[in-house]
Amino acid sequence: MIQDYTITHLKQLESEAIYILRETAAQFENPVLLFSGGKDSIVMAYLAKKAFWPAKLPFPLMHVDTGHNFPETMEYRDRFVEEIGAELRVASVQKAIDEGKVTEETGPYASRNGLQTFALLEGLEEGQYDAALGGGRRDEEKARAKERFFSHRDAFGQWDPKNQRPELWNIFNGRKQHGEHFRVFPLSNWTEMDIWQYIKLENIELPNLYFSHERNCFIRNGVVMGVTDFMDLLPEEQESVKKMSVRFRTIGDATCTGAALSSAATLDDIIDEVAAARQTERGTRADDKRSETAMEDRKKEGYF
Amino acid sequence: MSDLKSTAGYLDMDLLRFTTAGSVDDGKSTLIGRLLYDSKAIFEDQLDAIEKSSKSRGDENVNLALLTDGLRAEREQGITIDVAYRYFATPKRKFIIADTPGHIQYTRNMVTGASTANLAILLVDARKGVIEQTCRHAFIANLLRIQHVVVCVNKMDLAQWSQDSYNKIVDDFKKFASRLDNIVDITFIPVSALLGDNIVDKSVNMPWYQGPALLYHLETVYIGADENHVEARLPVQWVIRPHSDKWHDFRGFAGRIAGGVFKPGDKVQVMPSGFESTIKAIHTMDGEIKEAFAPMSVAITLSDEIDISRGDMLVKPNNPPLARQDVEAMICWFSSDKKLAGRGKYVLRHTTNEVKAIITEVRYKININTLRKIEDDLTFNHNDIGRISLRTSAPLIADSYKNNRICGSFILIDEQTNETVAAGMIL
Repeated sequence: MIQDYTITHLKQLESEAIYILRETAAQFENPVLLFSGGKDSIVMAYLAKKAFWPAKLPFPLMHVDTGHNFPETMEYRDRFVEEIGAELRVASVQKAIDEGKVTEETGPYASRNGLQTFALLEGLEEGQYDAALGGGRRDEEKARAKERFFSHRDAFGQWDPKNQRPELWNIFNGRKQHGEHFRVFPLSNWTEMDIWQYIKLENIELPNLYFSHERNCFIRNGVVMGVTDFMDLLPEEQESVKKMSVRFRTIGDATCTGAALSSAATLDDIIDEVAAARQTERGTRADDKRSETAMEDRKKEGYF
Repeated sequence: MSDLKSTAGYLDMDLLRFTTAGSVDDGKSTLIGRLLYDSKAIFEDQLDAIEKSSKSRGDENVNLALLTDGLRAEREQGITIDVAYRYFATPKRKFIIADTPGHIQYTRNMVTGASTANLAILLVDARKGVIEQTCRHAFIANLLRIQHVVVCVNKMDLAQWSQDSYNKIVDDFKKFASRLDNIVDITFIPVSALLGDNIVDKSVNMPWYQGPALLYHLETVYIGADENHVEARLPVQWVIRPHSDKWHDFRGFAGRIAGGVFKPGDKVQVMPSGFESTIKAIHTMDGEIKEAFAPMSVAITLSDEIDISRGDMLVKPNNPPLARQDVEAMICWFSSDKKLAGRGKYVLRHTTNEVKAIITEVRYKININTLRKIEDDLTFNHNDIGRISLRTSAPLIADSYKNNRICGSFILIDEQTNETVAAGMIL
């Protein structure tokens, strides 16, 4: 009898990500996994658990904390980290501001997004990490479509998209000079739909922000935003505040992460919604709307 | 086309990685754009954004290359810098396209894109027929051992849907392809990417064509036999040692299977030490499994305590790979700053192993336009392909690339700059 030795595409993506995670542990002296509490980093951390099971993760998790979090994200983060038995480091933007190392933007459109890069690079330097695992996917944004699995950064944390190392077969070149580091993206080949289907397949718990809930929201530049203590609202925005049924498609800094009007309360609802969606998930991110190459510019400076 | 709402269907899908080759004006972007758009992989905001940029750049039509050519330099210069990966899915399969640009960096990029592809789409303009470039693309697909090739004879609308034009291209290509021994299946499809004929739906303009539309072929082409499921190979990536009370003596040899099938109870041999043992269990976090094959990532425990570390390989004693220090290989040179020269020393990465290598002989280069050997100029420049001999500091546990893509491939790294300067395929 001829047996069919094939595995499903989700299992192939899982196997590829586990391979990358193990390769990262093997090729670098001091890796760290960047954990934001968003669904992609949750899936990545979960895959890391699979990659090294029954041993613990051979690297810590790091949260770049802008200080502008939805409280739900923090509760979830602490519980998740404890459950998978990992160590957590926090790189704090608030601390950098308090210590006078960076200056905060002011005004209603103030965002700490740019400051995240500073906190991230400082966190990496402090921990002397030589590889930072990120949950970025190539389908997310056009500057990410050209990312490598192993993405080289110079001593200043900068990305040079024109001078990337070719990646062939499953051979990854993580060699570097002293002071340089790598960003590693195990989920490069996953799409948003893959992430959701995998979460369902593996029954992974998510922060409840992803599911439809009632929240005080307002409209800014056509994007629905949650009302938080960290944002100043313009008068016309004040007027637009009302309770809406929303969920978040991405979870980032509360000041620049837009919500989507949605009644999707279960994973199946969300999968239906994603399948029918005609807007990319980053369509709700105000930080990407600053200019056509906003993401590339931030990445070159050392953003994720 | 039906959508992807059914979770049950989604969980049954398999994966096809393919590469597309062609130059700017043969309709490659149009073809990919149509596949993406018809399978709903392009979103409204993406389409809006590229419509806007296309207009401001003065492009007549929506320029789909802008979907992935997002880098500032690419937008400014209107070029694609390197391989762009695009994704789409139908209810049957998920597809990863490695889309490679047509300019001078072409060879390096196509080699990179082809290294992980199961299938290559070659575009031929129905009015121009099989040209030098078509042969070059087919040669690279064959060199990288892509087993399935689809020749899309495009712009049939401009060739009066002519069966004769199509037949001539089929004959010409077949004549050339008889020399390409790695390609096991070639499918010819007459299409009009612009009008959509034979892309998703069968064309009404070419009733003489009996075969499938492109998408149907991509959804159904059988790739299950592409992997080598006979010769068992597990390059050890990492040794899992939990040091916990529950898993006190656990030593799991973790890696991604590169060939063959492993089962508990199987006799295995450790290379290069040659020690033999028996598989105790194959572990995943979801429980022990009864068999493991490529490309699964697993952790294997053995019945005996043997010293095994990263770079070693678990194989089966009846068909082990060769341990060799003298290696014959075809290489593609990647570096634009440095040339390959005889006696050059490099770091060589092969599976999970790293050794030093010295080039002992440069045998010939290949003129990829004529496919003739060049024996009088042996300096490898950027994008050159040819044959070399090298010697390694320690034995490589390797197969020929023909037998196993993972265990037969390597990269060369420059010791000073750490750049990947070449890709190699063992003969």
